[in-house]
Amino acid sequence: MKSLGNLWLQMPPYVHSTAITLLLTVVLILSVAYLTLWERKVIGWMQMRIGPNRVRIFGFLPGMGQPFADVIKLLIKEIVIPARANKILFRLAPAITLIPAFAAWAVVPIAPGYAIANVDAGLLYVLSLTSMGVYGVILAGWASNSKYAFLGAMRSAAQMVAYEIAMGFALVGVLMAAGSLNLGTIVAQQHGGPLAWNWFWLLPLLVVYFISGVAETNRAPFDVAEGESEIVAGFHVEYSGMAFALFFLAEYANMILIAGLTAVFFFGGWLSPLDGFPWWLGGTSLLAIAGTHWLLVKMFVLLFLFLWFRATFPRYRYDQIMRLGWKFLIPATLVWIGVEALLSWYQVGPWKH
Amino acid sequence: MANPFKTFMLTELLLGLSVTARSLFRRKVTVQYPEEKTPQSVRFRGLHALRRYANGEERCIACKLCEVVCPALAITIDSDVAADGTRRTTRYDIDLFKCIYCGFCEEACPVDAIVETRIHEYHMEHRGENIMNKDKLLAVGERYEAMIAADKSADARYR
Repeated sequence: MKSLGNLWLQMPPYVHSTAITLLLTVVLILSVAYLTLWERKVIGWMQMRIGPNRVRIFGFLPGMGQPFADVIKLLIKEIVIPARANKILFRLAPAITLIPAFAAWAVVPIAPGYAIANVDAGLLYVLSLTSMGVYGVILAGWASNSKYAFLGAMRSAAQMVAYEIAMGFALVGVLMAAGSLNLGTIVAQQHGGPLAWNWFWLLPLLVVYFISGVAETNRAPFDVAEGESEIVAGFHVEYSGMAFALFFLAEYANMILIAGLTAVFFFGGWLSPLDGFPWWLGGTSLLAIAGTHWLLVKMFVLLFLFLWFRATFPRYRYDQIMRLGWKFLIPATLVWIGVEALLSWYQVGPWKH
Repeated sequence: MANPFKTFMLTELLLGLSVTARSLFRRKVTVQYPEEKTPQSVRFRGLHALRRYANGEERCIACKLCEVVCPALAITIDSDVAADGTRRTTRYDIDLFKCIYCGFCEEACPVDAIVETRIHEYHMEHRGENIMNKDKLLAVGERYEAMIAADKSADARYR
């Protein structure tokens, strides 16, 4: 064991990052698989059903085999490419949606002081990568040579562009609070207990960011890009089998990413909520140790919100989505950025020196 | 924006979320079908059957009232005079794909020959099996006569 540890330490850094990247990818894919199951379970419970419980693993854990059954089913299905579709773009589109959702994890601080790539402009990297996802959706809709797919693509393009602005502005607030674009620094700057995390002073920005995040991932109640009651399945209506599964994977991977980023930007990432408390409230206990587990706990809660929203809210009409994005979220962020500027100018709250 | 403050604080959305949050912990009403089943009425209208009298004689007298009343035109009947001089069907077909399980045939029948049983778990594996001919209908009737008779007598006092 010790020699293995030594061997690991002696490896060059690119081996380290490759191994961690692989590990992270596998963990992400597995999380996506079980997030789909968890979603079906939670939505089932909220509708007073019990959700999938038939497929077991080795006869135990009812329902836990469901994701694998789904994946195997999709893998053996035929991938139909429509006549007169643009074959190259049609095949490329799922990859273009999927890759950014995974690639953005490179700069996310997954443990204290550690990210796969400790980039100084990490926030810009995240912003640019999350906006890449919309290209996959547009290409899928366009390359399918289908009216419904094209309508879905148009809708999601306009929606994602609108909400990206609100998202960017919300992150400007985070940037002003942290004084850095490095995600690790943004987390470290929030130390000092739950009230020192960004959510407290940037609450309106958190709300805007999370709403935009839901809209960016095309999740209910902003899922007009799919809108099964109007345009069947929207941009991925012509996709079947594993090509469809990639879109599905991308949507859930994006959800996990948005949850992770929200935790990093507003909820202190890997910081412990007991940090800064007196010892009799557990401030010095084992629970106060910062680490990946706290990031996971926060992500889990945020992901639950995604599912909760889906089980609760009816779909927004398209013009309502546009109105919310342009007339409500963007002005709200601008106002709060102004307020934040004043707070920091007069050195109020966390900006007291 | 009737009440800007309410809109801004997302009150209605939070109310909606609380509704789903409460039902998250409520008792689940799912019936796990093959293992658990919901109670069935004696009036349940499922697979058809032709009945016989206790002495083995066919009840059906080929009056064709069921054929006439059938709104889906699912019943086809041919009739002839049997060897003992009675009027009998030579052909009695019900197309289960056309049938809408309305129960009119059962209501129309003056001799309670055609009935709809409470059997609903049946299937077809080959083309043509959807046509229930006279033999098949009589076979169903023979096999489930006890159940059919019990259901009919349970329902009789309400008719």
